[in-house]
Amino acid sequence: MDAFFEVENVVREFRPPVTLGDKIAARLGAKVEMRSVKAVNDVSLTLEKGKTLGLVGESGCGKSTLGKVAAGILAPTAGTVLLDGKPVMTDGRKQTTRVQTVFQDPFASLDPRMKVGDAVAEGPIEHGLVTRADARAYVLDWFARVGLDPSYANRYPHQFSGGQRQRIAIARALAMQPDLLICDEPVASLDVSIQAQVINLFLDLRRDLDLTCLFISHDLSVVRHVSDRVAVMYLGRIVEEAPTEALFEAPAHPYTRALIASIPKLVLNRETLVEFDPIAGEIPSPLSPPPGCYFAPRCPLAADRCRETAPDLRTTENGRRVACYFPVSTRGAD
Amino acid sequence: MTLVLDVQDLCTSFHTRAGVVKAVNGVSFTLRKGEVLGLVGESGSGKTVTGFSLLGLVDAPGRIDRGRIVLNGQDLVGLPERELRKRRGRDIAMIFQDPIATLNPLLSIRTQMTMALDAHASMGRAAAEKRCVEVLEKVGIPDPRSRLDNYPHEFSGGMRQRVAIAIALLHNPSVIVADEPTTALDVSIQAQILHEMRSLAQETGTALIWISHDLATVSSLATRLLVMYAGRVVEEGPTAEVLNNPRHPYTRGLIDSLPATAEPGKPLSQIPGTTPSLLSLGQGCPFKPRCTYATDICDTAPALSAVTKRAWRCHHPLAMEGAA
Repeated sequence: MDAFFEVENVVREFRPPVTLGDKIAARLGAKVEMRSVKAVNDVSLTLEKGKTLGLVGESGCGKSTLGKVAAGILAPTAGTVLLDGKPVMTDGRKQTTRVQTVFQDPFASLDPRMKVGDAVAEGPIEHGLVTRADARAYVLDWFARVGLDPSYANRYPHQFSGGQRQRIAIARALAMQPDLLICDEPVASLDVSIQAQVINLFLDLRRDLDLTCLFISHDLSVVRHVSDRVAVMYLGRIVEEAPTEALFEAPAHPYTRALIASIPKLVLNRETLVEFDPIAGEIPSPLSPPPGCYFAPRCPLAADRCRETAPDLRTTENGRRVACYFPVSTRGAD
Repeated sequence: MTLVLDVQDLCTSFHTRAGVVKAVNGVSFTLRKGEVLGLVGESGSGKTVTGFSLLGLVDAPGRIDRGRIVLNGQDLVGLPERELRKRRGRDIAMIFQDPIATLNPLLSIRTQMTMALDAHASMGRAAAEKRCVEVLEKVGIPDPRSRLDNYPHEFSGGMRQRVAIAIALLHNPSVIVADEPTTALDVSIQAQILHEMRSLAQETGTALIWISHDLATVSSLATRLLVMYAGRVVEEGPTAEVLNNPRHPYTRGLIDSLPATAEPGKPLSQIPGTTPSLLSLGQGCPFKPRCTYATDICDTAPALSAVTKRAWRCHHPLAMEGAA
């Protein structure tokens, strides 16, 4: 199948604002170092229609920034994002309403002074998907589809629990009839029992609406549950991307392997104590990343060449991509 | 092993304008030297308020209505603030969820640790520094002597939480209450901290109460598990037994709703409904509206039933597999 959604060599850089001190120093002739953070560093991804790509990584790895670039909220510094062959953004303006986002915190993403029904209706009316006269029925239909009582449409966000708010946020995104839904940690702020309800809702809607999804989360077990493919990010770069089961069963990149080993598992048999094998050290500062492979300082397999030049993301067998000079052999496991 | 903490029928409530919120409603448990007790529950289940009650940190309009908290043979409930202060940090310490909020941003780590030391012991500067370096080393902070003069913003999240743990360890307390200490951290850092905490509990003999919403982290650490729901302990027992063979439908529901226990892509089994408001709890079992086993008898609150090491609060407990 052809790629429906493509992220091509996207870079997103952030620069701290130039301070007065910098200006004075520059005026006096001092060399001012321009610091910048490449939150997303040359990332390419493709996604087929109707599939879900999970994007995992630890905080600061750039997964949310990539999500915002993919959604057309942030313009990429370089590279393009294409939906169905057409750019999502040109000249810093979003070109399509076919990409919508569900954010992590439903307490922050809903306007506290706007009735939730109006919040859901606003976008579709503005973009002519529904007339003002029909908006009411349209909204109530969406409320029913996300499992909310339609009579709640006249309430304000503070009258809802976290799980209900996330349902409203999902309704608001889907009311725009997107082809691509970007979910940025949609269940991270919810309790376990509520999290299961929202994941189930997501699975149902995805099937019914044939949605293509980019599912961003730090929770590997949630990503494993909902994704067809999974990409792992580390310090702005994709280090590995593979079909979900292949990635979890036989991770090729040492970072993926360590990350999976770090997930606390439900310990059902306590004959022996669980062995933790934590990754040593911490994520390096993105302001001054190490030369070569960014994971090299923490990697048990790192050799000299890893510290000198960064490995490319190469395609190995069965559609797996991995950026490592010494990938763990996955042959026979895929 | 010796009993260090004995909590009996603890009731903590908040007297608000809207009514009395019974955040902790008759919680009892015991803790032995070096034991790790996991306290799990969703938000609003009363797990954090239980932790705060143990240290006497519940502020108005909240108060401990009833119950006993016997720490090393002495009941803490009703003790004047002056007496509580003597024990906080020395006999019982707490680690909070957010290490950014726990540490004072204006003071160096050395100053903060020395203040904590001085609160209960008088020692010279050299001895104080030695003790600080010792505990920082114990929690895995590299090069602790030079890090002492750093300020909190110079540490990463994981390192800050280690400093908070080090401060809790300063006086070798009998009990440390850890309230979601790894929730704000990344998984790789969380694994490091869990690893450190377990060896610390084994080495120092400090008993640990690990409060968390995450069954998986708790199960990798705690030897015994308390499951809380709406201010009550609904199930208690050795961790592996409770997880393998839960007797309360709520515990079963919690385990089943984890994505890790389900087949990928298939719907997760879910607990219907939401957690009840603590303001309007009726007489019956608080889980009744969400429970698939509920019958009329559930309109009266179930008493705690107990068999050997297990206990549960349910009229329709799930079958015990194998011999009880």
